[in-house]
Amino acid sequence: MSTDDTYSMQDVAGPVLRFSGVGMRYGRSPEVLKDINFELPAGSFHFLTGASGAGKSSLLKLIYMAERASRGRIDMFGRDIDQIAATDRPFLRRRIGVVFQEFRLLDHLNAFDNCALPLRISGGRPDKYRADVAELLSWVGLKSRMHALPATLSGGEKQRLAIARAVVGRPDILLADEPTGNVDQGHALRILRLFVELNRLGTTVLIATHDEDLVARSGQPVLHLDNGRMIHYGRGGAA
Amino acid sequence: MSDTGAFFDPARWRPGPLLPRRDARDGALVFIVAVLCFLACLTAIGALAADRAARGWTNQLTGSATVVIQPHGAETPDAAAARAAEALSGVKGVTEARALEKEKAEALLEPWLGRDAMIDDLPLPRLVTVDLDPKAPAKAADLDRALKAAGVLATVDDHSVWIADIQRAAGFARWFALSVCLLIIAAAAAVIGFATRAGLAAHRDVIEVLHLSGAETGFVARLFQTRFATAAGMAGAFGATAAAALAALARLAGGGQGLTPVLPLAWIDLLAVLPVPVLAALTAAVAARLSAAAILRDLG
Repeated sequence: MSTDDTYSMQDVAGPVLRFSGVGMRYGRSPEVLKDINFELPAGSFHFLTGASGAGKSSLLKLIYMAERASRGRIDMFGRDIDQIAATDRPFLRRRIGVVFQEFRLLDHLNAFDNCALPLRISGGRPDKYRADVAELLSWVGLKSRMHALPATLSGGEKQRLAIARAVVGRPDILLADEPTGNVDQGHALRILRLFVELNRLGTTVLIATHDEDLVARSGQPVLHLDNGRMIHYGRGGAA
Repeated sequence: MSDTGAFFDPARWRPGPLLPRRDARDGALVFIVAVLCFLACLTAIGALAADRAARGWTNQLTGSATVVIQPHGAETPDAAAARAAEALSGVKGVTEARALEKEKAEALLEPWLGRDAMIDDLPLPRLVTVDLDPKAPAKAADLDRALKAAGVLATVDDHSVWIADIQRAAGFARWFALSVCLLIIAAAAAVIGFATRAGLAAHRDVIEVLHLSGAETGFVARLFQTRFATAAGMAGAFGATAAAALAALARLAGGGQGLTPVLPLAWIDLLAVLPVPVLAALTAAVAARLSAAAILRDLG
């Protein structure tokens, strides 16, 4: 039976994510990712760096299953994701929090409802999650903007809201695509702290960023992509 | 407002709808569906009226016969006609037989001969009209036999020359009306499906976010299914009501005969519009569900 527990962390023996010889292309275009091999141990924290067009966003899309690999194999929570039934995929996705580069907020929902969306989809009741969502929004500095529509939020506020939505369900894996691209230094560090706190609670974190300063400050391991190939897989600050 | 109300307004915390509120695109969908349902209802009512008309024509022809009396000997034409009517009344399968008065026979010929040309000396044939039992009508041979037995020289016209042609025409009218009705219904269903899919495609961004947030196919499909089924059902109700109102006006304007004797409308025909809103809602629901599922399959 498909339940949220189908892909619980208790099932995982070894890395939560493993790429083995993965290649990816869009349609008939040349591969944007080539022979990618890496793994993320449970509870790890990694940065994904690389120039624009290096394939960072494409790699994240493979993980949150918006795209499929054209070759190779991706294991998540110990299972080949290509072998996972379509009916089970939603439950797997609920274990993954994603901060999209373009935010992907729903324009007709206010900040609170946008943030609570994953909980609502999982069947949560508003009276149960209201306090948690309000606390999280306060934490990312949106306490006074909870009932504002995304159209009235600044770029930085949208980004913080997108981050809050990604973490509100306490995901097992958190993926963030340029999460500090539109915020000032103070908010960037605050967001990094949030990710670190989540990581301490057991969430595996992978952050794609251009922000070399943020990477250097964190001292976390780095996966570096260059023209679709992973050329560096080492300790943070050295990328 | 109370102090508590200043801090906590329950209405502000009520979860917003996961789909955007209706916009101009939904209005266009409602309009198109309403127009198509209106046309579908009108053709359905028209098909029923055409069927009734066709049955009426056939019944009129098969339910009567005309006997042309050929007077002979000393017996006057009127007396021969009266005797023929009496003889025919006793035949099984005849409900009534009556001799047509001379004036009525003249009136039948008037269009061809003119009012002033009627001459008393003209040997006009006498006619006997025979109403037949619609369930077990007497055959022409039965009538002929009865006339011969009564010693009346006459020719029986049971309209068999015309019946085949009229039945063919009635059948054509009936099938034509039904075909047009089905065609309009099929076109309406196709357009509802198309408009629903177009409306759904306009909300693809919402579907993607829900999908990537872990929404199941059924969850997303239900959202859109409910939205579009409601819109199409409402539109169907508008169209059906308008068509029923127009048909009712036509019925009232036509008096007891319906719109015209050629296209007789009955009040019960208006019931034909009842299933239309339901069918429109079902079509939209199915189209929305299939389209949402297709988009989600496409998304992986």
